Amino acid sequence: MYKILEKHLLAEGIFKIKISAPLIAEKFKPGQFVVLMVNETGERIPLTIFDGDVAEGSITLVFQEVGKTTSLLASKKVSEELFSVLGPLGRPSAVSKFGNTAVIGGGVGVAEAYPEAKALKKAGNYVIGVAGFRTAKKLFMVDDLKEFCDELYISTDDGSVGYRGFVHEVLRNLVAKKKIDYVYAVGPVPMMKAVSDVTRPLNIRTTISANPIMIDGTGMCGVCRLEVGGTSRFACVEGPEFDAHQVNFELLEARLRMYRHEEHVCRLQEEGRHK
Amino acid sequence: MLPIQRRAKTFEEVNLGFSEEQALSEASRCLQCPKPYCMAGCPADVQIPKFIRALKDKDYRKAIEIIYETNSLPAITGRVCQVESQCEKACVLNRSGNPIAIGALERFVADLALREGWKAIKRGKLNGGKVAVVGSGPAGLTAAGDLIKFGYDVTVFEALHKVGGVLSYGIPDFRLPKDVVDKEVKTLTEAGVKIVTDVCVGRTLTIDELFKRGYDAVFIGIGTGVPAMLNIPGSNLNGIYTANEFLVRAVLMRAYLFPSYNTPIKVGRKVVVIGGGNTAVDSARVALRLGAEEVQIIYRRREEEMPARAEEIKNAKEEGVKIMPLVSPERFIGNESSEVTAVECVRNQPTYIDASGRSHPVPIEGSNFEVSADTVIIAIGQKANQLISQTTPDIRIDSDGYIVVDYNAMTSKPFVWAGGDIIRGSATVIQAIGDAKRAAADIDRILRKRNIGER
Repeated sequence: MYKILEKHLLAEGIFKIKISAPLIAEKFKPGQFVVLMVNETGERIPLTIFDGDVAEGSITLVFQEVGKTTSLLASKKVSEELFSVLGPLGRPSAVSKFGNTAVIGGGVGVAEAYPEAKALKKAGNYVIGVAGFRTAKKLFMVDDLKEFCDELYISTDDGSVGYRGFVHEVLRNLVAKKKIDYVYAVGPVPMMKAVSDVTRPLNIRTTISANPIMIDGTGMCGVCRLEVGGTSRFACVEGPEFDAHQVNFELLEARLRMYRHEEHVCRLQEEGRHK
Repeated sequence: MLPIQRRAKTFEEVNLGFSEEQALSEASRCLQCPKPYCMAGCPADVQIPKFIRALKDKDYRKAIEIIYETNSLPAITGRVCQVESQCEKACVLNRSGNPIAIGALERFVADLALREGWKAIKRGKLNGGKVAVVGSGPAGLTAAGDLIKFGYDVTVFEALHKVGGVLSYGIPDFRLPKDVVDKEVKTLTEAGVKIVTDVCVGRTLTIDELFKRGYDAVFIGIGTGVPAMLNIPGSNLNGIYTANEFLVRAVLMRAYLFPSYNTPIKVGRKVVVIGGGNTAVDSARVALRLGAEEVQIIYRRREEEMPARAEEIKNAKEEGVKIMPLVSPERFIGNESSEVTAVECVRNQPTYIDASGRSHPVPIEGSNFEVSADTVIIAIGQKANQLISQTTPDIRIDSDGYIVVDYNAMTSKPFVWAGGDIIRGSATVIQAIGDAKRAAADIDRILRKRNIGER
């Protein structure tokens, strides 16, 4: 059904795969995601759609090997099939003409920043890209981003490429020099929180793309709920994008930790099998 | 019944059903009333005395053919129907408190047919009409079954990877084994029903796009689809599940077989379930089977006012589930790691009888107390999913988001019908089946008037 048409290693542990999924390709808009299962006994996990090709009937996903399911996905070869792919889910990005915009991606989130940068550029915005990585070996998609960014800044935690430090520090330097009207951030929760903390006192409209645990992705189970402006919201149907300044990041981070132990058990089992 | 000692630790089916001998003896008690009240109590229109007669005559093939004429899911309804408030309640013998066990007889015949592979659903002669069914739960499967019998080309669209809706993601295996659902679905696909999974109508395709793809009519049977939340402090702490999440993990994703199945589920030592319906009772029994030491259901009204089936409440209690009636949660208390540790509750006083015919609970001031819990399951009901109404504004919905239909289950949008929980809120499998049957009959009537396929 969902045949893997292409597979590329973008950086250490980061893969790009193209999957045959005509109905999703036809409907997809930036900001949306799929929920997929690699095999019948697998988990359902959400992945942001990186790109879609209507003519070819394909979608492209970028993911990082972090747990059992993403490792299993990484082990799949071209022409193999995935068990289930549902989408496009979530609300599309609310893209309009804001003026000066900054699109900030951290780690594998850089792949999710790309369609946003592309959409913002097409809507006539001035787009500043900020892409943060752990180290030079983890760098990916920089050339793709360049295509749609008027300015592009790279940061690495160890300084092996670009600015040494974190993306929110790059942003802090930027907002000191230039008026920025809109910020979009996607990546690890602490990174999104740090970005939000930079823009809140300046009252810069800021959107984050939340990445909670999901199962069905259609609003049914409620595991993806997060607190926004003091009320529970379901990321799968009401998000995944929310006003950063309203999000309770501590709770979002805590909810992501819920199954850390079980992820570990699953990993161990997988490693045992490889020995 | 499975022995109690084994029950609380296994997902195996609890009710083992009738033996042939038991079934024949039960069938022989049926009075074969000329005016069968039991049938009036059956939304699926099962010809009860007629199939029981065939069963008594040991003509089992005939018995299943009679059942399948009106009910496409008898192995399922034979297990989960609230017979005590429908056919068995209406049975004349119930006047002496000992009605015919109609549900168990239906199950006996249906199980036998599935075991023997008798193909009793007969596809009607193809009439050229094409119908899309949205959702593969009891409503969708029933509509599909009836429409296939009428001669339509029927495709069912399901958002999940597995067919069955609540039968697959919600009702646990110990009440409804999943191989029963799979076999019953297979009976339908063998009769010609096409099923497409991984299509979320409202996202992947819209209702209008279904019409563009050549369907003449659409039946919506998507269920409720959104868990109701308690808007009290601490609702998002770790360890607090909606019943939907808890059951989806355990039942659909088979988390009780973790790590062979990769979806995890965490059940602590002390579990509190909030709610009094079948979902609450199911959740409690699942928690017990996943190793909880103590499982308590807290319910705001009196125990006898719980909407769950009496039989299942009895089973749950036998297995060790405790019920604390006339109690409501006030807030959840957590630790520094955002994990729930207790539920602060308040005791209720039952007062006047409300519109539902039950006593209205009023909190007793100052009666607050804490129940320690490391897992909480919220099973207080469902709300309407808006994915279809958001993308199909010409389908009228009420103020709660449920689809508005007429007596024939027709919506405000031409050629679109709806049934099951999305029109009535949380209800039962058999009510969904009844809605779907009315809708299928009306679809047939309207499409025939239009000479089918010529719209």
